[in-house]
Amino acid sequence: MNNLSLILMLLVLMAIAYQFGMTRSRSIAGGNNSSSMHSRPHHYGMMVGLWAVLPPLAVMLVWNWLAPSVIDGMVIASIPAEFKPELEQAAIVMRRISNLAANFGIVAEAADWELNAASYLTGLKQQSALMLTALMFVVASLGLLLSFRKIQPSLRARHQVERVTMGLLLLCSTVAILTTVGIVLSMVGETLKFFTFVKPSEFFFGTTWNPRFSTAGVADGSLTGSQGSFGLLPLLSGTMLVALIAMIVAIPLGLMVAIYLAEYAPSKVRNTVKPVIEILAGIPTIVYGFFALVTVGPFLSDIGASMGLTIRATSALTAGVVMGIMIVPFISSLSDDILTQVPKTLRDGSLGLGATKSETIRKVVLPAALPGIVGAVLLAVSRAIGETMIVVLAAGNSPSVTANPFEAVSTVTVTIVNQLTGDNDFASPQSLVAFALGLTLFVITLLLNVVALVIVRKYREQYE
Amino acid sequence: MTTEVKNLKGSSLARSKVQQQVINSLQKRHRQEKLFRGAGVTAVAISLLLVVLLFVNIFSKGLPAFWQHAIKVDIYFDPAVVQIAEKPVQQADESDNDFRQRDLEWRSSVGMINFNRLILDGLNKVIPDGQAHRRDLQRVVTSGERFAIRDMVINDPSVIGTTKSLYLLTDANIDVWLKGNIDRSLSDAQQQLSPKMREWVESLKAQGIIQNRFSFALFMNPDSRSSLASAGLAGAFMGSLYMMLVVIVLAIPMGVAAAIYLEEFAPKNKLTDLVEVNINNLAAVPSIVFGLLGASIFIGWFNLPMSAPVVGGLVLTLMTLPTVIIATRSTLKAIPPSIRQAALGLGASKSQAVFHHVLPLAIPGILTGSIIGVAQALGESAPLLLIGMKSFVASVPTSAMEQSTALPVQIYLWQGNELRNFFEARTSAAIIVLLALMLSLNSLAIWLRKRYEVRW
Amino acid sequence: MSESVAVNNAAKVKMTARDVKVFYGDNQAIHGIDMDIIENEVIAFIGPSGCGKSTFLRCLNRMNDTIDICRVTGEIALDGQNIYHPSLDVVQLRAQVGMVFQKPNPFPKSIYENIAYGPKLHGLASKKSDLDDIVESSLRRAGLWNEVKDRLSQPGTGLSGGQQQRLCIARSIAVSPEVILMDEPCSALDPIATSIIEELIDELKQNFTIVIVTHNMQQAARVSDRTAFFHLGNLIELGVTNDVFTNPKQKKTEDYITGRYG
Repeated sequence: MNNLSLILMLLVLMAIAYQFGMTRSRSIAGGNNSSSMHSRPHHYGMMVGLWAVLPPLAVMLVWNWLAPSVIDGMVIASIPAEFKPELEQAAIVMRRISNLAANFGIVAEAADWELNAASYLTGLKQQSALMLTALMFVVASLGLLLSFRKIQPSLRARHQVERVTMGLLLLCSTVAILTTVGIVLSMVGETLKFFTFVKPSEFFFGTTWNPRFSTAGVADGSLTGSQGSFGLLPLLSGTMLVALIAMIVAIPLGLMVAIYLAEYAPSKVRNTVKPVIEILAGIPTIVYGFFALVTVGPFLSDIGASMGLTIRATSALTAGVVMGIMIVPFISSLSDDILTQVPKTLRDGSLGLGATKSETIRKVVLPAALPGIVGAVLLAVSRAIGETMIVVLAAGNSPSVTANPFEAVSTVTVTIVNQLTGDNDFASPQSLVAFALGLTLFVITLLLNVVALVIVRKYREQYE
Repeated sequence: MTTEVKNLKGSSLARSKVQQQVINSLQKRHRQEKLFRGAGVTAVAISLLLVVLLFVNIFSKGLPAFWQHAIKVDIYFDPAVVQIAEKPVQQADESDNDFRQRDLEWRSSVGMINFNRLILDGLNKVIPDGQAHRRDLQRVVTSGERFAIRDMVINDPSVIGTTKSLYLLTDANIDVWLKGNIDRSLSDAQQQLSPKMREWVESLKAQGIIQNRFSFALFMNPDSRSSLASAGLAGAFMGSLYMMLVVIVLAIPMGVAAAIYLEEFAPKNKLTDLVEVNINNLAAVPSIVFGLLGASIFIGWFNLPMSAPVVGGLVLTLMTLPTVIIATRSTLKAIPPSIRQAALGLGASKSQAVFHHVLPLAIPGILTGSIIGVAQALGESAPLLLIGMKSFVASVPTSAMEQSTALPVQIYLWQGNELRNFFEARTSAAIIVLLALMLSLNSLAIWLRKRYEVRW
Repeated sequence: MSESVAVNNAAKVKMTARDVKVFYGDNQAIHGIDMDIIENEVIAFIGPSGCGKSTFLRCLNRMNDTIDICRVTGEIALDGQNIYHPSLDVVQLRAQVGMVFQKPNPFPKSIYENIAYGPKLHGLASKKSDLDDIVESSLRRAGLWNEVKDRLSQPGTGLSGGQQQRLCIARSIAVSPEVILMDEPCSALDPIATSIIEELIDELKQNFTIVIVTHNMQQAARVSDRTAFFHLGNLIELGVTNDVFTNPKQKKTEDYITGRYG
């Protein structure tokens, strides 16, 4: 029986146990309408249900965690001595065997001992599944019976149920923390591996990016590590250039949109224009990338040609402009929120002195909103730096230190994609560098985000 | 007081002067006002224009790709060519495995048959000088159609011996030529189609034998590299669907549970502050970082399969989680404390108050936030590239553990295809499909918000 | 209502209102008010909350323009010129008719910049020293100079509530208005700060026409020359303050003053 049907069975069992518990508590309470019981009937039902389901679920998790390695070990042990694989090849052999067992094709004819091992594996798997089902059945029945018998007026079923619920809720809220921990740990781990091939100073201050390709099997660094150069600076400069262009497009446009919508637009205009512009925020970045590649790039290139400039169709400019368009709604909606939080009394004070509306906005509202807007801009910068698909398609992928927006550049994110989607060996520096880059990206965006969030939070508190 | 009095005298004198100065400044200031306001209107106009431009651009490119040129051919299922054994039927004493084995053998024997012969024979009837140009004739119908004909035979062997009138997709280059997506004035050497084929195609189109028909292939077929004209979105669609199922099953319950705990039960201390900052940060972490996490943890440590929707779904779940948590928390925050107090006052426990009274009121807001999170996940591509979902998959996945790609990644793959003239339109069509899905999700969210919005 | 304008003929009428009606959308907030405001007097508007006194006040320098759904009919004139006439520039009007609000609202700028804001806008000072003079004299007139002269560069929001309100008064007199409108200027202040502001009003009236809305009848009695009683969007009674409080002509006024409602 597979895991999915086991879980479905458990759910059914839970429903049944719930009914049992409820009926039992009712019959114990007798006719006096359950007021003698500590908790309401459905609490008893829930409690019995939980006792019937949680223990077998735990059994199942542990089993699924341990069983594969136990089975693998038994299969490997069963292989006749003359074919017994070396330790490092065991995984490859196991994959062949399990492919055979699952009737997937394998390369080359299967040897007899492999077929034997495969059928042994199939048998073990069936046994394991059977044993698991039986064990779960026993544990579930035990849980159900014991909890069922425990039902009596003084039992604080509600407290038990609530404690379990609380535990589950707490577990869910730790997932967010675990994600962060996972990000940091995995990336730090792989980055440290990378630094055994390449010195940190070479990575952080290197001005050449040319990782070459890893040669299969030669992953010990003695050859590959010395061949490629892994300088971060060209990528970082490309990232900054694209982000800068994006900000030059997005900040004035987004801010003016926010100002117009928050300060000038009649509510009818505001209510129609705002969602339309927010559509831009919902469009997937791959779509922007495509738009940049097939429309904006050639367009900018043509304009350049008509002015006697050489603008490559895929360049920092193309990627930056399109990224700017993507960020406009981000800046405009954040700024809009922030502008509307500036108290009306400040505007009245200025208007009451005979200031025009634009004077009020420029000299009173914007200075008052400045911290919030700075926060919004920082968040936007962090987004621009981490943006991937637009630059993958439209920045031209040419890692060099340049300040010329008309040339092709490469960015940190593009390089992560290139290094991890090529045919590089996962343990080679060519692949591992992606994690070092990812960690750099994570740290930069984290700093921006933290500063931005603190600023915005302070700002909100000021006017609350 | 004496200085004051002096000031007063001075001031009444100065007043007319002040007025004059104010009047003098007015013209310039009103001009500035107009400029500033104009700048605002311009910014809004530019933004709206960009939305329009983007959509017009994508739609004008993509809409034609929903129709594709197909050629009407009478296919005679010639028994001399299609020689097959009887379709196996499961016997009573036969085990499932044995039957499957037999069926598989039968299918592969059918696969050996030269179905292309049937197509060529059919084409010969409409292209009189076809025999003289066999190489060109081979290229009229896209190669995937022979498998479509094979499947017709497999599904219903009784078609053998009959003649069926079928619309077969033409080669991608023919579609490009007929739609005018290639510069027709280019020299023969630069054209994909030979002069002979161009002549055929023009005359067949004029006769109505080649027609531009709605392309079901775009929706029903998986991706293909050998038969570009029949490449479709079915595989990517199923991949995305599996991932969204994973996201819905995991991210929404977990996110809601986390939000309930943090908003309603968690003690307010340094630790929960940290969790709060952490969640806000996680929401702003670049998506590609989640891809790295997936590559390193789910694939590297847990040994989950590469390119599988389940891994993509897990990565997207972690990415969507902060969105769901933040949306749920702000919904819970907006519910006035009086509701909780009322429930507590009636003797409900804290968790009864939350689950029976607060949560039901928060459901519309939670749904809205969740749908927006799912829509975001649906459009995400960068992290999926890193967990191997950009590999070419020529079949429709039947489970979340199989190799697959996703809609946005399919767009990425198609835009990179060498046959630009054909795939620019097809990519745009795929974008339209993706945008339609996302926009309908978002409109659903907006509708829910409007429909159930409660103002406190 | 013209009979209620019982003032000596030598006084010059600064502002006049004739049949002023104000609508918020479909709701009528003011039902046709006629009033004359005399140069260099302090006139107080009293009445229960929601009676339209603040709304009417905001008509006098067209602050109601900032509310989309608000519509004003009738005629209000400043020195005989209709302030709702299309040719009139609202910027110029507000330079002549200043306003002080219920809640002190100093800009988040330095004390100096708060005062200099208006003069800079209107181009009243061509030199830095002129601006310094305006700032100093405005702060002196608002009785704030001695308290803040050593910290002009510190933010205005750091002052106490009463100081902030005097800063706002100083800010509005820096552009030398002719009329100052005060919308419950002391409602957010403690009694001591209130009494300082009241003294200030008394001094300012030598030079400015002051219209003050207050919910505090003692305050109206203390600071104003004349008092107008509003009720449900109507002007019920307008007269010399002493008369209104000791010998009201209208029953409603008497009821309000004696505390029957409001």
